[in-house]
Amino acid sequence: MKTLASSPGFLTRIGAPISVIAAALLALVIVACSILASWIAPYDPTNLASFDLMNAELPPAFTAEGDSRFILGTDNQGRDLLSAMLYGARVSIAIGGGAVLLAATLGVTLGLLAGYFGGRVDALIMRIGDVILSFPTILLALLVSGIARAVFPGAATAEWAPVILICAIAIHEWVQYARTVRAATMVETAKDYVRAAKVIGLPPRRIMLRHILPNVMSPVLVISTINLAAAVLTEATLSFLGVGMPPTYPSLGTLIRIGNEFVFSGIWWIALFPALALVILVLAVNVVGDWLRDRFNPKLRVKR
Amino acid sequence: MLKVLLSRLGQAALVMLVVSAVSFVMFRYVGDPVATMSRENASVEEKAELRRSLGLDQPLIVQYGRFLGRTLRGDLGISYRNQRPVTELIAERLPATLELVLVATILSLALGIPLGVLCALKPDGAAARLVQALSLVGISTPTFVTGIVLILVFAVSLGWLPSFGRGQVIDLGWWSTGLLTASGLKSLLLPGITLALYQLTLIMRLVRAEMIDVLSSDYIRFAKARGLPKRYIHFRLALRNALMPVITVTGLQIGSLIAFAIVTETVFQWPGMGLLFIQAVSFVDIPVMAAYLLFVGLLFVLINTVVDILYAVVDPRLRARSA
Repeated sequence: MKTLASSPGFLTRIGAPISVIAAALLALVIVACSILASWIAPYDPTNLASFDLMNAELPPAFTAEGDSRFILGTDNQGRDLLSAMLYGARVSIAIGGGAVLLAATLGVTLGLLAGYFGGRVDALIMRIGDVILSFPTILLALLVSGIARAVFPGAATAEWAPVILICAIAIHEWVQYARTVRAATMVETAKDYVRAAKVIGLPPRRIMLRHILPNVMSPVLVISTINLAAAVLTEATLSFLGVGMPPTYPSLGTLIRIGNEFVFSGIWWIALFPALALVILVLAVNVVGDWLRDRFNPKLRVKR
Repeated sequence: MLKVLLSRLGQAALVMLVVSAVSFVMFRYVGDPVATMSRENASVEEKAELRRSLGLDQPLIVQYGRFLGRTLRGDLGISYRNQRPVTELIAERLPATLELVLVATILSLALGIPLGVLCALKPDGAAARLVQALSLVGISTPTFVTGIVLILVFAVSLGWLPSFGRGQVIDLGWWSTGLLTASGLKSLLLPGITLALYQLTLIMRLVRAEMIDVLSSDYIRFAKARGLPKRYIHFRLALRNALMPVITVTGLQIGSLIAFAIVTETVFQWPGMGLLFIQAVSFVDIPVMAAYLLFVGLLFVLINTVVDILYAVVDPRLRARSA
């Protein structure tokens, strides 16, 4: 389904405007570049031997004092910025994707349970969701990573940072999936085919997974696109605040954090290029997500 | 009516109980308070004595009860890092954050409403399309990037505005304000704009959607048929009704804005509650974290409850439905 939704041919067939196709392609190119980072990056930023402190803070190649070896300049440790960004984008996308996957799995499961069984199960799950939604994502995520920091000792925090981040983001995002899936499940549960399945005595697990789930999946895919953009932003924000990915294994947010310390000395590129990459990535995903949402939301379509 | 009121208050109390329980668990189980508070080479007996004097040997329920009691009296413990009462720290930082949030809210309303109206009145015009496209860029740009870019342009390159701190503040009783001095106002500008931009997109999109809704309603069509002037129809009749939900959402958003100010305050080294909290997170200063959670939780619950109750007062339909 994912490959189908992300191929441009599919988008033209369902009438996507050229800007949406361009955005989808752009997002694909960025994702592809980051996946292939170890092959296409000019240097390996994870290899300590490959960079030299003597090359630190070199401006981009297109400026007057630039060095042609480093297209976008180097950071404070002499790392090639472009390579660091490619690897960083990979970390950002992996964490964002992981968070969306976890949130979707959790949210769809709980939404199915709530919608199918109703009553107390429903009330419990939905009230927990209400409480969670009444706090902003960033606050909850900060709390989770703060607690994780206190529970794990120093070195382990850095090692477990991606997992902590994924959990910290997903703890807020699952509610949206659960609400959507619950509503859709309630509609489906009242339909004849589900009643028939109940009558033949199929176990609830089978009915939920094999009969209802396929029919409630399309809004989940739409939410996931928009949530991916949001998750990448949340990860970047946490890393920028210093509670996300460590500088030894930076995401785009960590790179911006490092760069921010040099902004006042006129060294703008360390912060600006990763920031630009982040904004372009998120914007591209958002353009596609926004369009998908309008396309699959019949209420909005009538209004337009 | 009384029933609605009671059920809403009950719900609010329940949420606060949950939040306080989370905050208590953090306080009690994340890290060992005895280890943090005792001397480096304290003996086992000394530690046991400290444990007893802190009441940590009591049953859990008793400990939680005491925690609630202390919290209600406004005693939230002592910061591990600053060695000062947490309540004092928060009270000191509160004015800075509230002033920032106030300025950001005013800015975002002042810009968001006209832009939203523009987009609703001429949805296919060039200006509206441009604003719509920019708003998508707006949502995709994280707050800290906006802040860094503003600092780069206005503080580093042009040198017009200060990039960190509150400037000169004047104390009015316990409230320190930066709104009365020139340097205080100048310092407020960049962080205020940064925080406002986060809110702006939301307000703009909401005004646009509400305006489009209202403009297609019968009474507007009737007003048009009567030949009333366009300006009167748009601003007197339509905008007024479209603004109702905008006011509600802006009110509800104040809580998130306070939480989101964490990022803005970090970028601009603004000495508010957010900066206090983020420092607490990186230093694992549990009492400050727990207190901030309690405080923001209380704020959220208060705002939500007041809005819900007001709704029930204003709109009889809601009263009937929930009763």
